[in-house]
Amino acid sequence: MEFALQVDVTLREGIADPAGATIERALPALGFSGVHRVRAGKTFLFTVEAPDAAAARAIAADLAARLLSNPVIEDARVRGDVS
Amino acid sequence: MRPVGVLVFPGSNCEHDVVRALGDLGAPAELVWHAQTDLSGYDGLVLPGGFAHGDYLRPGALARFSPVMGAVAEAAAQGRPVLGICNGFQILTEAGLLPGALRQNTGLTFISRPVTVRVASSQSVLTRTTAVGTRLVIPINHFSGAYTCDDATYARLVEGGQVVLTYEDNPNGSRGDIAGIASAAGNVVGLMPHPERAMSSLLGSADGRGLLQSFVESTVLAR
Repeated sequence: MEFALQVDVTLREGIADPAGATIERALPALGFSGVHRVRAGKTFLFTVEAPDAAAARAIAADLAARLLSNPVIEDARVRGDVS
Repeated sequence: MRPVGVLVFPGSNCEHDVVRALGDLGAPAELVWHAQTDLSGYDGLVLPGGFAHGDYLRPGALARFSPVMGAVAEAAAQGRPVLGICNGFQILTEAGLLPGALRQNTGLTFISRPVTVRVASSQSVLTRTTAVGTRLVIPINHFSGAYTCDDATYARLVEGGQVVLTYEDNPNGSRGDIAGIASAAGNVVGLMPHPERAMSSLLGSADGRGLLQSFVESTVLAR
């Protein structure tokens, strides 16, 4: 079976996120107030062939850790069923 | 004298400068395409600056999987001098041959200008012959140059004399002003500044010469 998955990669808590901070600083100028803790990141969408959803997520988690993110500075979260 | 291998990834762009700089110091150097898997003919290796594999995903993230990287790891393990400059430094961290990571500059700007760095340790193939405390003017040219690592790694680097170069006026948000680090054995070195662009006072600075001379001498000693 083929499963549609999504991996979100963001900088780890405690690692400076200059893009997120810059976006946050721009918000008041557009009239947005009360928006805090902006984090910028990357999203990857792909499909995985696997016998079941759990196996597909395990493959996605593995490739997220080994390629899509650098665990020294980034966290990766796998989301399933994004079709 | 056997040549130094200067690796060329798709998107490298400082390889000719490095070959020219090493040649200036009397060291033969050859370009080595990243598909090569045998590096036994080279006493030392340089991973030059540029944008290997377009810097897609993260700088160095895809270059780490280039066929040549297995032989680079082997050379590093054998104690042969391996030098990563700028993008080459990013590749070495992604490949796990040096600890930590390089993240985007704090100011979110691409910085291209000469900076002053200080030699913080002589325990590396690059700084072996330069006294600790020596100030050098060398250009930087990067967007992702802020060195980052966890507390335990930072403590280990400092205690082990593995922090080899620090910025005098931190331009990018690097932890501990780090501009360059070495492996525990001192034979693998990564730095963001470009010593190959500081080879002549006529062109701004000749402060890179001593560093690269030390590297060249180390390649002979490592045989």
